[in-house]
Parts: sequence; C-alpha cells; structure tokens
Amino acid sequence: MSDQRLDIEEIGSVTVARFLDKKILDEANIATIGKEMIGLVEDDGRTQVILDFSLVEYLSSAALGQLITMDKRVKAAGGTCILCNIQKDILDVFKITQLHKVLTLATDLDDALGRF
Amino acid sequence: MSESLLDTQIPSNTTKGLEVQEQIIALMEKHEYSMRDVFAMRLSLEEAITNAIKHGNQDDESKLVTIHARIGEHGLHIEVTDEGEGFDPDEVPDPTSGDFIHRASGRGLMLMRAYLDNVCFIEGGRKIVMERTRNSELPIVEDDDE
Repeated sequence: MSDQRLDIEEIGSVTVARFLDKKILDEANIATIGKEMIGLVEDDGRTQVILDFSLVEYLSSAALGQLITMDKRVKAAGGTCILCNIQKDILDVFKITQLHKVLTLATDLDDALGRF
Repeated sequence: MSESLLDTQIPSNTTKGLEVQEQIIALMEKHEYSMRDVFAMRLSLEEAITNAIKHGNQDDESKLVTIHARIGEHGLHIEVTDEGEGFDPDEVPDPTSGDFIHRASGRGLMLMRAYLDNVCFIEGGRKIVMERTRNSELPIVEDDDE
C-alpha cells in the first residue's frame, strides 16, 4: 500500500492536492502530509495550489498548523493556496479559530479554480 | 443503558493516546451519541491528551497520562491528568489575536472551550476536567462576512 497521503492532479497551471485520509489525526500522518504539501512548493515549484478536503471528516489542531505553514510557503513563493470542499464541522473549526480570515477558502473545486 | 466507565493509564505516546480516544468514541457510539457530539469529543480528547503528552509530560515515555471517562445517558465527564509541572491556563495567549493567528500551534485550549460545556484545570494545571452534555448546542459559530 502506498504511503502517499495526497492525490495530485494538474488542471492547467493549477495543482489540486486531495487529502486521502478521512481523519487527519495521527502525528506521523500529519508530518507526512506536511512534507508532501511543502514538497509541492519547494521541490516541484508549484505555486498555484488547491487543497481539496472532500474526503476529510476530521482534523486536529496540529493539522491546522500544517495548513498555516503551507499557506505561508506558497505566499512566500509568490503563489496562491486555496482550500475547498470543507465539510461543515471542519469549517466550524476554521471559524472558531478565525483561520477562515487568514486562509483562503472556497466552497468547491470550481469555485477554487475560478479564483486563479 | 447504565453509564460506561473507562479508567486507564498510558505512557506519553500519541499512538497510545489515539487508542484511548477510539475506545471512548466507541463507548459514545454504543450509547448512540450524535455525530456532532462525537466530533466535539474527538477534537477535545485529541487536544487534551496531546497536551498532556507533549506539554505536560514533555514526551517523556516514563511519565504516564491517566484518563478517567464516564459516558452516561445525559453526557460525558472526562479527566486527563499528566505528571508534568502544570501550567496556568490564563497565561495561554488568545490564538486569534495579533501575530498569534499566524502561528502553527496554540489553538487546542480555545477549541476545547468552544466545544465543551465545562472545561477546567485543577491540580496546578496537571488535570483537565471536560464535560459535554448530550446534544449540546456547542459550538456556537458566528456566520460572518468571511
């Protein structure tokens, strides 16, 4: 079985990274996801990135930290990082922590693609 | 159905912490708690146990985390105790203020307060007591202009 935590798809100049885990909880998984996300920017030079949460039912605050780090890296490279397809329970977590004002959120993939 | 009890001690290891979380979630499902309640408690347990392991016991596997959980018809009562030096929750900065919002960590306490009907620290901060009533309306999330 592959250890890959992200499914990567190219749509034009935009990279769509879809989380494959339903629950982003385990410390080791979160670290792996962080490395894969950062690798998109720093190893592959991708700066137009959509993170697709359609499969994700739960994430911990440690995972939020990885998203903030990813957003910073993309912005530092002059790019844009957009999160989409976030289920309501998880969207509540973003709102409670006010991260919906720091990160760029879109309702679905079409909405996200339309912002580039 | 009579209430379910879980009393256990684990070394300071997050994999062991996850196992306890799953045991408590399984008891919630046995008592037919809603998905909303399960989400709230999974989040709170994750934050409390991770804090006990990392901040309380400093990842020292020789130190234990003690968990008492009582899952009843009307709600849950959970205590998580570490063997660290304790802390003052009033000194934890607001993660939404100023530069703190851009930090990668520091949101656990805020989230627990949002999802639990009662959360308090005793024994110098070494023990957290968490309570949530069945079908609690929490969290209250404001819909704003986003």
